[in-house]
Formats: sequence, structure tokens, C-alpha cells
Amino acid sequence: MKWKRSRWLELALVVVVLTLVGILVNNLAVNLIRTGLGLSFEWLWQPAGFALSEHTLPYQPGDSTAWALLVSWLNSLRVIACSIVLATVLGVGAGAARRSLNPLLRQLAGLYVGLIRQIPLLLQLLFWYFVAFLGLPSQPFAPIGTLISLSNQGVGILGLNLSVEFSAVLVGLSVFTGAAIAEVVRGGLDSVPRGQWEAFRSLGINEGLGLRRVVLPQALPAILPALSSQYLNLAKNSTLAIAVGYADLYAVSDTAITQTGRAIEGFLILLLSFLALNLLINGGMQVLNRIVVHPAQRT
Amino acid sequence: MTKRRSFVSLLSTCLAMSACATLGAGDTSRLDLISKRGELRCGVSGKIPGFSFLQRDGSYAGMDVDLCKAFAAAFVGDPSKVQYRPLTAPERFTALKTGEIDLLSRNTTFNLSRDASGGNGASFAPVVFHDGQGLLVRRDSGIRSLEDLKGQSICVGSGTTTEQNLNDAFQSLGLPYKPIKYQDLNQVVAGYLQGRCQAMTSDRSQLASARSGFERPEDHEILADVLSKEPLAPLSSGGDQRLSDGMRWVVYALITAEEMGITQANVDDKLQEARDNPDLTKVRRFLGVEGDLGSKLGLSNDFVVNVIQATGNYGEIYNRHLGPDSAVPIPRGLNQLHRDGGVITAPPFQ
Repeated sequence: MKWKRSRWLELALVVVVLTLVGILVNNLAVNLIRTGLGLSFEWLWQPAGFALSEHTLPYQPGDSTAWALLVSWLNSLRVIACSIVLATVLGVGAGAARRSLNPLLRQLAGLYVGLIRQIPLLLQLLFWYFVAFLGLPSQPFAPIGTLISLSNQGVGILGLNLSVEFSAVLVGLSVFTGAAIAEVVRGGLDSVPRGQWEAFRSLGINEGLGLRRVVLPQALPAILPALSSQYLNLAKNSTLAIAVGYADLYAVSDTAITQTGRAIEGFLILLLSFLALNLLINGGMQVLNRIVVHPAQRT
Repeated sequence: MTKRRSFVSLLSTCLAMSACATLGAGDTSRLDLISKRGELRCGVSGKIPGFSFLQRDGSYAGMDVDLCKAFAAAFVGDPSKVQYRPLTAPERFTALKTGEIDLLSRNTTFNLSRDASGGNGASFAPVVFHDGQGLLVRRDSGIRSLEDLKGQSICVGSGTTTEQNLNDAFQSLGLPYKPIKYQDLNQVVAGYLQGRCQAMTSDRSQLASARSGFERPEDHEILADVLSKEPLAPLSSGGDQRLSDGMRWVVYALITAEEMGITQANVDDKLQEARDNPDLTKVRRFLGVEGDLGSKLGLSNDFVVNVIQATGNYGEIYNRHLGPDSAVPIPRGLNQLHRDGGVITAPPFQ
């Protein structure tokens, strides 16, 4: 009897939700007809008419808007992929350091996590860009031999030239997400019984090796799900790049929307692009999850 | 337990969605809505000295703001009944289209795409400021023309025609350049001052007002090259004839008042004079003493008097915010009355 009632409730809710969605779609359709706009994607194939400050594929203002959007999507992808790697290294390092025997390391990691998590990401990005990177001298200087050259016109690492905009978004996203990942990792490590730590320490295995071979493999099943949601957050947060002048997908579709007046179509493309991007990340993490989690632990 | 939680979250989603769902507006003019509400919702920038800028006391001031007051004086009868909505350049058209604001008075360039129903579908009032896009560079940089900027980085704001003008100018000269695009003017200024770009570009009026806030304004100069025509005008969402007519004739009233020498200080005297002397037909029609010009627009018959009492005429508004004694002096140039050599003029009030 009870089961049946909850079923009815669910059915009613579904009907309500569908009706509301219907009203929204109908509103959109009615308003589009009223303003005589209608949906159209022809503008995608017209010349973009704006330059991009950076692009991995060849691009010129005379190329189509669709090409400009693709090039900028790759810019987004590039900064997201690099940030995920860097954030993971930072996060795992800091998370492990919080459970280290070395008190200095523990406190430094605690300070990092505590500080970074209290400050909004936008502020951090603005800080990294306008204060840290643009605060560099305009003539390149190389603090560590020829390894790195720094200036407010660009950053060179091992002969690879990065724009200051890319560098600021990369560092900002990585440092911010790294702090969140550190907490995820710490939580995962805490889920491993104390006895396991004591066991490898009593066998004389050093901290690094014990962490890698004994604790982390057992902690991973607890870490991975939360980790993938951090990756998804990172991808979504990358749209803040517009604040620091990086030509990512959001910034470029913003320009395209202004020039064509096609706001609804532009936002639809944005939505679908991010959906595709996040499904990609999610899929990758699920594969990883399947490999890492021991069959016996699966539910 | 989990089922109940999911129920609650579903319910809150429903509520949020129904709050967002606004049903399509009927055929009534927005003008009725404004007077019924007793308040005008005016979209401004809030960040451009001389046009709309937040004051120490929390109020807004500038030419665009005075226009909001003039519209409120005509539509509601009280220039103080304005709710200002500060908007970034990319936000403004969405805010207008969704009806969040009644009209936009925010340094907006009048062009075909924005006017046409296949573009932004807006209705523009007459141009209130004739501007042009320019470039600001450091005086000691040695840059004197567009050619000197070949291959250099140029800071530009988003959501404006600025990007396209910049590209048109450089592409037609066959010069490569690097646009560093930020979301709003403050960031453009910061990027430029921090040395990321060799030049920043915007409307010349905005460059002048931005430069007025620099530590050493005299170290920077606006290049002589003008990249575009930028006629700035207030606008409303398209298809509302009564509202756009009302806006059009409020702007023309400001211009006509300057032509007739009617000012904030003497408008009451002029009104009395017109009442006493039946031969002053032109002034009597203009101030609503005779005829029904205001009523034809669906406004009060003496809306012109309300407007001039509120803000003064066009020239007074200009001088208050952009005149030689203001904080952001911009020579009147094209924005003088037609009889003084400019392009500002109004059709007759008949």
C-alpha cells in the first residue's frame, strides 16, 4: 500500500516537471515567433570577423564562426587538460603531506588547503593574472638557467612558449582545484584503517613507498568518485577565463553572440559543448574507476 | 529517507522553475506597465565617468543617467522614480529582451544588426552622443598610427562592436595584431596599465573618461585614427511603438529646448510667458499649453515641462557631465546643435 502511494507521488511529480518544462519550451517558442527570430544556425558558416589571441590550429578572422568556436573549444580543452594534471599532482601531494610524519610538511599543506579554499576562484584568477603574471618585468628573466623564462609578455618552459593568460588560468585553476583534491585525498587516506599505516611502518618500509604501495591502492576506491566531480568542477570553472583575457570557448562564443545577435543558438552550442566535454571527463573517470577498483569491492 | 530527500529536492526544482517561467506579454505597451509600476527600470553601465558612474553617496550620475531621469519625468512624472540596473556590455541585450529592464541608456552604438528584427530587434531613440572608436597608447611608446601597432597586443573589451571595428581596421590594412579580450572596461584598463598591451581600444569618450582616472593621465594619448562611427543612443526592446515613440520625442524635446533657449532655470518663466501670450504658438505647442502633442504620444500633455524641469535641455546635460568644467571634459564637436556646426537636430513639434 505504502509503495503504491509513493509511486503515485512520483508519477504526479514527473507530470508536474514535464508540464513546467513544456511551459518553458513553449515560452521560448512563442517569444521567438513574437520577435520574428526563429532558430537559425546559418551564421556559423559566415566569416567570424574577429581575431583570436591564441590558437593551436591555423585561424584567421576570415574563417567561419564555427571554426573560431572549434579553435576556442580546443583552447578550453588544452587549459582544462593541463590543469587537471597539475591539480592532481598538487592535490595528491598536499593531501598525502597532511598525513605525513613531518610536522612542517603537514602544516604547510594545511595552510595551503585552508587558505585557498576560503577565497573565491575569480579573485584568485584575477590575482594570478593582474598581480602575479602581469606584475613580472617586461624583459624576460630566467631564474633557473634556460629552463624557465618569465616576463609579462609570456612564459617559456623548456622552449615551450605559453601566453600569460594561459599561464594564469592554468595556475589559478590548478591551485584552486588542487586544494579541493587535497581534501578528497586526505579523506580517502583516512578511510584506510590505521593498522595498515602501522603495519608498513613496523616493517621498515619508508613513507613514500608505503603510501604508494600499501595505503593509496586501498584509498583509491574512496577517492575516485569525489575526484571526478572535482575534475568536472574544474572544467566548468574554466569559463572564468574570460575575466583574464584567455580566448576560451565561453569568451569566443560571447563575441560571436554579440556580433550576430544569436544569443539562444549561441548558448545552446555552449551548453552542448560543455555537456560533451564533461561527458568525456566522466567517461574517462569511469573507465579508470573500473580498472582501479578491485572486482570484489564493487557493489 | 533518501526517497524523501529526493522528493524535497524535486519539489524545490519545480518551484525554482515555475518562478522562472514568465508567460508571454500581451499587447499592452510597456509604457502602461511603467506608469502603473510608478517606476522606470533603466539599464546603465555604472562604470563610465561622465556617462553613468556610481557616486560616493551611492547614487548614479552622468549623461546616460540624466536621460533615464528625463524618461522617468515624461513616463512617470517624477525624475527620481528610476531603478538603475548596472549591466555589463554582454548582459545588456539579454536584460532588455527578457524585460528585466524597460529601456537601456548605456553607451550603446546604434547599428543595423541591433536595430533589425533579424538581429537584436531593438528600437533606438535618436542619437544622444556621436562617438568614434579610438586607441589609447603610452606617449613614450613611439606609436603614432595604426601601422606602428603591427603585430602588437591590443586590449579590448567583450560584448561590444569594438572588437569587430578593430578587426575591420587592421584587416583592411593587412596588419596582423593580437586582441587580448577582457570582460569589462576596468579589466581592459588594468591589462593596459600593467603593460600587457601596447594599446587599448574603446570609444574615444570612454578612453577619455578612463584616462581621467589614471595616476598620470598626461603620459597617455589618444591616437588621431578614428576606427569607426559610434552613434550612441538609448533603446528599448523592439515592437513597442508607444514606448519607442515616447523615448524618441523625449530626446527630441531635450534638443528642441536647447534650440529654443529653454533651460532648467527659465522653464517656469517660459511656461508662464507662453500662457500669457497666445501669439507664442510654437512655444505653447511645445510646452503643452495648447494642442495635444503629449496626449498623442500617450504622455501627459506637458511632458516637456516635466522633462526640462528634471534635467535641463540637451546642452545643459552635456555640459554638466562632459563640459569643460566637468571631470571628464570632451569637446562637443559633432555633438553641437546643427546651427553651431554639429549634427544634433530635431524634427518639429507639430
